[in-house]
Amino acid sequence: MKNNGLKPLAVYVHIPFCEQKCRYCDFLSAKASDEVKLQYLLSLMHEINQTDGSKYIVKSIFIGGGTPSCVPAYFITKIMETLEKRFMIAVDAEISMEMNPGTVCKTSLIEYKKAGINRVSLGLQSTFDDELGKLGRIHDYKIFLNTYGIVRSVGFKNVNIDLMSSLPGQTVDRMQTSLERVTALEPEHISVYSLIVEDGTPFARMAEEGRLNLPDEDTEIEIDKLTRSFLAEKGYRRYEISNYALEDYECRHNLVYWNRGDYLGFGLGAASLIGSTRFSNTRDLKKYIGARGMSEMNIQRLTDKDAMEEFMFLGLRKVDGISENDFEKCFGKNIMDVYGDILNKQVKEGMMHHEGDRWALTEKGLDVSNVLMAEYLF
Amino acid sequence: MNISQDHIRNFCIIAHIDHGKSTLADRIIEKTGLLTEREMQDQILDNMDLERERGITIKSQAVRTIYKAKNGEEYVLNLIDTPGHVDFNYEVSRSLAACDGAVLVVDAAQGIEAQTLANVYLALDHDLDVFPVLNKIDLPSAEPERVAHEIEDIIGIEAEDAPKISAKQGLGIDEVLESIVEKIPAPTGDSAAPLKALIFDSIYDPYKGVIIFVRIMDGTVKKGTSLKFMATGRTDEAVEVGYFGAGRYIPCDELSAGMVGYITASIKDLKETRVGDTVTDAANPCAEALPGYRKVNPMVYCGIYPADTSKYPDLRDALEKLQLNDASLTYEPETSAALGFGFRCGFLGLLHLDIITERLEREYNLDLVTTAPGVVYKVYKTNGEVIDLTNPANLPDPSEIEHMEEPMVSAEIMVSTEYLGAIIGLCQERRGIQTGMDYIETTRVMLKYDLPLNEIIYDFFDALKSRSRGYASFDYEMKGYQPSKLVKLDILINKDYVDALSFIVFSDSAYDRGRKMCEKLKGEIPRHMFEIPIQAAVNGKVIARETVRAYRKDVLAKCYGGDISRKKKLLEKQKEGKKKMRQIGSVEVPKAAFLSVLKLDEE
Repeated sequence: MKNNGLKPLAVYVHIPFCEQKCRYCDFLSAKASDEVKLQYLLSLMHEINQTDGSKYIVKSIFIGGGTPSCVPAYFITKIMETLEKRFMIAVDAEISMEMNPGTVCKTSLIEYKKAGINRVSLGLQSTFDDELGKLGRIHDYKIFLNTYGIVRSVGFKNVNIDLMSSLPGQTVDRMQTSLERVTALEPEHISVYSLIVEDGTPFARMAEEGRLNLPDEDTEIEIDKLTRSFLAEKGYRRYEISNYALEDYECRHNLVYWNRGDYLGFGLGAASLIGSTRFSNTRDLKKYIGARGMSEMNIQRLTDKDAMEEFMFLGLRKVDGISENDFEKCFGKNIMDVYGDILNKQVKEGMMHHEGDRWALTEKGLDVSNVLMAEYLF
Repeated sequence: MNISQDHIRNFCIIAHIDHGKSTLADRIIEKTGLLTEREMQDQILDNMDLERERGITIKSQAVRTIYKAKNGEEYVLNLIDTPGHVDFNYEVSRSLAACDGAVLVVDAAQGIEAQTLANVYLALDHDLDVFPVLNKIDLPSAEPERVAHEIEDIIGIEAEDAPKISAKQGLGIDEVLESIVEKIPAPTGDSAAPLKALIFDSIYDPYKGVIIFVRIMDGTVKKGTSLKFMATGRTDEAVEVGYFGAGRYIPCDELSAGMVGYITASIKDLKETRVGDTVTDAANPCAEALPGYRKVNPMVYCGIYPADTSKYPDLRDALEKLQLNDASLTYEPETSAALGFGFRCGFLGLLHLDIITERLEREYNLDLVTTAPGVVYKVYKTNGEVIDLTNPANLPDPSEIEHMEEPMVSAEIMVSTEYLGAIIGLCQERRGIQTGMDYIETTRVMLKYDLPLNEIIYDFFDALKSRSRGYASFDYEMKGYQPSKLVKLDILINKDYVDALSFIVFSDSAYDRGRKMCEKLKGEIPRHMFEIPIQAAVNGKVIARETVRAYRKDVLAKCYGGDISRKKKLLEKQKEGKKKMRQIGSVEVPKAAFLSVLKLDEE
């Protein structure tokens, strides 16, 4: 499709509210009163309205959180209306929204759909109620099934289900059951995130006190293996460290992050990348609301070196990896002159695969990607 | 100021650690009114920050104060401070030689400890008049009468009239000062005789060059006197003479017999002015040097390398500068396959080593990799050659070795009977041979042991403290070499020999040490992409093995919207961690691993 000289753009909108904070969660989210939520919506609309979107064509929108479905449904309508006023939005744009089971009903889902949402991401995490309970989720598996049914009945044709692995008490068998149950529902996209115990979360404290009962490393590896083979068998291609999709259903929005495309983030703490500048909003809710969308930004201008590092450690998250030509186009340098030694070393270690124009981590490499990516930092 | 000899008192304060030596010194300086209270720092004699933090005195110094006694006369009191650690024993002995008497400080609650005895004997050896002071009488647990009896019984010096003081609270200080005047003899010596001065310390000053601290035994020295250093043979003209104010040098016209002061002579190298040497007048030399001089040899060696190999010149410069002020520090360049370019450094003891490495890191901002310290072994080769082995890597092939000898110490340990069994056990584990056991009182015992130095340099003191719950004290002196069955224990990481991890060990302990070393290294070396065998070997034969399992999983699963800053931070941390490692073959080894051998006895 022709863009008439407009630059493609991805838009992220952050809703930092939840009904209850999960025990492992270190995202920017919290419980809030209706009054605060309303003030937040106003600030968000102000922020969007102050943006000059005339040079862009929006290819994807992602409304994330927090739990975007825990604010009144008309918030989403208002946000979409505001975005539409400031930006040209492509007809085939992917417009995703995160929802938690039990926080939506038929009416709200119809409103989301009307507002333009065409992709739904459901935070299931596990199909076992005891695992969900330990995570501090507010739903159980039955509630999820109900939500999923309504989502489909309303006509959403592109649905993602989030699962988590390495959960407390999780076994290979349990993971297999969860995967069987989820694939039976035939979602277009499945994300499987390993639980990471983050500092400052209740889980961190529990782990320290030895109360978390996390699976041992061997079990964890087995669970990961099973996940990959099981999903592959069912037709879900792994295209990023934690993401699997049926053909043509890869999340286009997330690919923009990993390909370092331009994106604008709106809302509390939201991050943006435009050209070689990264900037993000304040993470202080009071300040964000008080500033009515004009809050102070944290701005970082990337040097070529910064950008090259990012190109590598973001690009290599994708199973297809990175392209030599893209690197040269971006930086005017041959990738071998910059990273040849490391790339070759990683190939020799069996962690990296080189074919044609592309370099990509092997399955083994993806498992230890942090270590490998760190090597690309200058 | 002209002072007659009989109005001079040259003395030192001796004590077991923490019995209050420095505090008493402070009070004396305060009381003699040389300083206003505002000028008083907490502990005037301890100049360096490092000393203050560790609560010990590293370099001896002197201070001259004026005291108006009760008889109305003014006396010059020269207080010569002595280092309080066995590493600096020789320096202590030279400081004592500069004195005529000593104030023995004994904690009125703790009583006599090992260093109390060792110091008193050292003082008596130097013919000093010693009088005791009972300190810390403000403590509820103080028992001055009992401790006074203990002093009379064990040491055999009169203690009935010993001043009972609290240096901390300033109680009884006048009594101490009066006792110094009464009980410590005035110096003797002939000011008209040829110059004979004892160097008891020297420091390097960037403006004045080397400043020599002397006690004039005979004769007189003034500006322009042509000096001769009898041990090194060097001659120089005295540029300045003077005495020690509190923390500053006060020039004067001359120093004569009995006085304590300093001399400068545009000397740039501390090695030219060795502690214990005799200074005389080149034009009118004395017949013979003062007894007791010896060249101090390092007892403990280790390799010191910059963590960042490009900092090698910085390390060299820093060592050069430190040596300006510390003639007992030696260093020479060495190369390690594992660590690159560095230095093999010699120290008087482990504390000395600690102080130097800490100063290198703190004052010179260097990040260091230190290899395990070792002692000097004598290697007798079959061809008749004898090598002083300071670096295990240089051990000749076993076929060329006739036999080896290791340095021994004779140690005195004071312990309460409750822990006697535990301490005897410890000494036996460390290959000690008991040479004596005396009951000091019904509940306390003085143990005497001959021990190999390499068994006590690492953690003996800590082990002693923990096995006696702090109720044992310890002192030792060198006692020559003794043949021993020694082998070199080599460590292989991922099949590569790591020269910097080799150490010399008693052959019967090799297996045990090897096994512990592998275990320790397993904990120190982070997981890699591949499995890493860690092996210990003696004479090419592997005696122990551990394996560091390969990394299997390390991912950041989540995607925080478009916020990549956390991801970047995480990777940077990972990268930063790697920088602190040393590459050995394809394995990254953290610098702490090179000191693993020191921690083998930690449980």
